[in-house]
Amino acid sequence: MKRFGDFSAVAGIDVAVLPGEAFGFLGPNGAGKSSTMRMIGCISPPSGGELRILGMDPVRDGPAIRARLGVCPQLDNLDPDLTVRENLTTYARYFGVPRRTARERAAELLDFVQLTERADSKVEPLSGGMKRRLTIARALVNEPDIVLLDEPTTGLDPQARHLVWERLFRLKQQGVTLVLTTHYMDEAEQLCDRLVVMDGGRIVAEGSPRALIEQHSTREVVELRFAADSQEAFAEKLDGLGERIEVLPDRILLYVADGDVALAQVEARGLTPAAVLVRRSSLEDVFLHLTGRTLVD
Amino acid sequence: MVTLVLPRLLNIAATTRRSASMVERNVATLKWVYWLLLVSGFAEPVLYLFSIGVGVGRLIDGMTLPDGRVVEYAVFVAPAMLASSAMNGALAETTFNFFGKFKYQKLYDGIIATPVRPIEIALGELAWAMVRGSAYSAAFLAVMVAMELTTVGRALVAFPAAVLTGFAFGAAGMALSTFMRSWQDFDLMGSAQFVLFLFSGTFVPAEAYPAVLRWLVEVTPLYRAVHLLRGVCVDGGGWPVLPDVLYLLALTVAGLVVAARRMAGLLYR
Repeated sequence: MKRFGDFSAVAGIDVAVLPGEAFGFLGPNGAGKSSTMRMIGCISPPSGGELRILGMDPVRDGPAIRARLGVCPQLDNLDPDLTVRENLTTYARYFGVPRRTARERAAELLDFVQLTERADSKVEPLSGGMKRRLTIARALVNEPDIVLLDEPTTGLDPQARHLVWERLFRLKQQGVTLVLTTHYMDEAEQLCDRLVVMDGGRIVAEGSPRALIEQHSTREVVELRFAADSQEAFAEKLDGLGERIEVLPDRILLYVADGDVALAQVEARGLTPAAVLVRRSSLEDVFLHLTGRTLVD
Repeated sequence: MVTLVLPRLLNIAATTRRSASMVERNVATLKWVYWLLLVSGFAEPVLYLFSIGVGVGRLIDGMTLPDGRVVEYAVFVAPAMLASSAMNGALAETTFNFFGKFKYQKLYDGIIATPVRPIEIALGELAWAMVRGSAYSAAFLAVMVAMELTTVGRALVAFPAAVLTGFAFGAAGMALSTFMRSWQDFDLMGSAQFVLFLFSGTFVPAEAYPAVLRWLVEVTPLYRAVHLLRGVCVDGGGWPVLPDVLYLLALTVAGLVVAARRMAGLLYR
């Protein structure tokens, strides 16, 4: 078994990612996700603790490790002086890929991320989604064992996000290890086999998306909306219902095992909310519960 | 023995390969605009040679060299123009262009995620700058030979000396660029470059200056380059130019080491 990671960083995290796994770092801005990714990418030396990537030491074996990594950074740093295709072929040459192979791979990858039609365009006029796809394609030119993706779909429109997800899912099926950061819960639920929730440079929860929901939230959530400014008053009357109750300015959330049963109880107390939504608990509920609702940055 | 030497050789091979990939990237960006730039960089020292070397030279009866020989003023000035053109050519690439790629394009942030290391980026960029610098030097030497300001044999020796000059200034410029905060800082460098151009024994022999000033002039890099190229073009080289060669080699190595260290510090945050 190959151990990819076993390291502590930022304020102290301890994680091991297995080959072929899709592993996610979740957390609000400033949680230490990007710093962790830079350390794994061997472009930021850890200031303490132990880090092993593909069994090697990132400080001593940086070039050898980076040769087997594909990196998609948070901010696109494509080469603006080159065309879309040249961005891939040139990048492949940094890895020492022979010219011919580089050209073939560039063509395959452009096809993979649906940019073949823009192959000879410059980078600058591309849309955000196209640049992102090109950056992902660039991360694959060396046929990496591990792909690091720092917020791969931040700032993309829904179509582009789904396309990126679908491509990443195909990579996962091909056995590539994916390590990604995100603050999109649906992204984590879609892609990650296992994830950690980070906050303030520490890990606050770890597990599969399903396990995290079971552990840190209830099975279902009932969202109740009452007339404006009266949420607090109604909240008192709901006391004792469900495992946890959260009062927001515009609605009340009841964390319960069975939404319909809870709703019947609400009605039994003579309360008639203006709007009701019974839904399954999501990773977002876990995330907000663990890292709080306050804006951090 | 093999186990000791082989990894080191492989390392050199890998470093060369990765530095070359940096050069390859620059070749891929070549557009016709660049050729215009190349022409302007070549034209400048030639114009100086004609206006001052030949024009002003008409008013001067001849230059007395330190050893007492008298030569035409253009013969005296031409090697200095060669040195400053090698300097300007190398600096243009490793200061302005390098700084733009580093700070604004964030080009190297993308490259360090690959096996290419900062020292290899520095080596590659310097080698690339020298392609341009060497083209200037070769063209200028051809002009000198055509005007009978030097011989073909001496020009052939002067060429590698001019290339060395370019390497030294390119490396030093790259090291300086890592300390630049914004484009404004380059104005200072431009001024420094011009002062060097005027007072490095280019138009007047350094022996004409007062002792203190002369000593100051003689430690500046362009003076060493001028001394070297004049030594080769006028006298055919020999031992007197050895200190110049060593000086420029040392400057090249120091510049590269500083540039690579600073880059690593700035990129590997």
